[in-house]
Amino acid sequence: MKKIPVKVNLRESSNTRRQFLKIGSLAVVGTSLLLSCNNDDDSGMTDPDDVFDLGSGDLGILNYAYALEQLEAAFYTSVLDGSYWMSAGAEEKLILEDLYKHEVIHREFFKAAITAAVNGDSSKVLPELEFDFSSVNFGDRNSVLATARVLEDTGVAAYNGAGAYIQTPDYLVIAGKIVSVEARHAAAIRSIYMDDPKAFAGDEIIDANGLDLAKPPSEILGAVGQTGFIKTEFTANQLPEE
Amino acid sequence: MEIIKFLEAFTSDNLLARTSSRRAVFGTFGTLGKKAALAAIPFGLATAPSRTFAFQDQNAAIGALQLALTLEYLEAEFYIKALESGVLPSGSNAEAIYEQISKHETAHVDFLMAGLGDDAVDSPVFDFTAGGMFDPFNENGTGQEVAYAQLLALAQAFEDTGVRAYKGQAGNLMGTPFLTPALQIHSVEARHASEIRRLRARVMEMDLDQNMLGWITLNERGPGMPEATQAVYDGEENVIQGGVNLVNATNFDNIAVSQSYDEPMDGDTASAIAGLFIVS
Repeated sequence: MKKIPVKVNLRESSNTRRQFLKIGSLAVVGTSLLLSCNNDDDSGMTDPDDVFDLGSGDLGILNYAYALEQLEAAFYTSVLDGSYWMSAGAEEKLILEDLYKHEVIHREFFKAAITAAVNGDSSKVLPELEFDFSSVNFGDRNSVLATARVLEDTGVAAYNGAGAYIQTPDYLVIAGKIVSVEARHAAAIRSIYMDDPKAFAGDEIIDANGLDLAKPPSEILGAVGQTGFIKTEFTANQLPEE
Repeated sequence: MEIIKFLEAFTSDNLLARTSSRRAVFGTFGTLGKKAALAAIPFGLATAPSRTFAFQDQNAAIGALQLALTLEYLEAEFYIKALESGVLPSGSNAEAIYEQISKHETAHVDFLMAGLGDDAVDSPVFDFTAGGMFDPFNENGTGQEVAYAQLLALAQAFEDTGVRAYKGQAGNLMGTPFLTPALQIHSVEARHASEIRRLRARVMEMDLDQNMLGWITLNERGPGMPEATQAVYDGEENVIQGGVNLVNATNFDNIAVSQSYDEPMDGDTASAIAGLFIVS
């Protein structure tokens, strides 16, 4: 079945239209988005030919991970520039500083690894994305930690869900090396942010078989699109849908 | 075909039968609701995509799952005995954390037993004193305080071993329906490992440092960890990923780079570590 590019646009306004994160699957995005797309005349949109597509196969998965790591790195960069972090308690401050470092290191890894994998053909490497974190209050502990919790749990779910699509054993192992660190982060953020001592691996995320979240790229990109954090438009037309 | 047997083993009837027998062995830890089990298993399989390339060696996949089951037996029994030992202060956060981890490890045992079916290995007989080296349940008069410290240290070592061992088996599960569930267990082990570090730091009243936030720095086992656990951390100091030296590629030092990646452990190393606690 031919896939139809969908433009995810949650805060549409008539004049200043946000850049859209496009994803390839209709099913997971939701009816309201579908409607807004169907009524869209595309005026003011970027020419689809100019929009970066993540690609197919392992390249697509690597670019997908690179997008998520760019998002996390950009978020924690803003956290460390914010007034909440400046005055946070010692443990929280150290945890968030480490998360910043780790996510930047992950981001730089994907940039280097993808560039090497495509023999330096930059047209196949996801460009540096632009972000809009105006909905996060970096002076407010709750706003920062609630966002961090979502990003870390999403990272775990994304890597767990992408693993089965990876075809090169070395990439699978590297994804495994990263996802457990994301899970360590998620547990840390949960335990400093949430009151329940069991929140680090709470029942709302770990199922009755003791399994963590795992979500396909389409679902993750749909959820990320809804945050409005990513300004730069890109498509994921060749990634698996479920 | 073995893989067909694998798939058949995941039917609900089999799962429930296995779960029940498991409960009989482990007593009162009935954390896995029947309805939840019925709902959860098909979901796990449903998320496994169809493959366009060949299955890996089925024996390798079975071996990987058998190793995983052995490690889960170790963890599950450890946490059950820890909770029964009276070493954890009643009503404490530590007790709540151990309860949650215990629930997951017992569920992992049930899940893997069901998945392996006839290929499931029996639980070894464990000795958590490792031949008298430890006394985590305060059974041999070491005293509550020392026992508590060892209870926390062993939990950290077991969780970090679990993370590394699952990672080491991922390649053997490629192309099978068990890769995704194994990854889902793997990240739960990592959440546990992270939490145990912060719990240890609080209970032991350690000074705040890089070893108690939730991640592994270089090959450091961390303050207060017995030397016998060093094998769990050897190799974690790696800073080269996919041929990229990330100290050179970033502005960060080898501390931050090593923390950013957890390293896999091969099956022999994982078996050797578990073997310290296995009598037969």
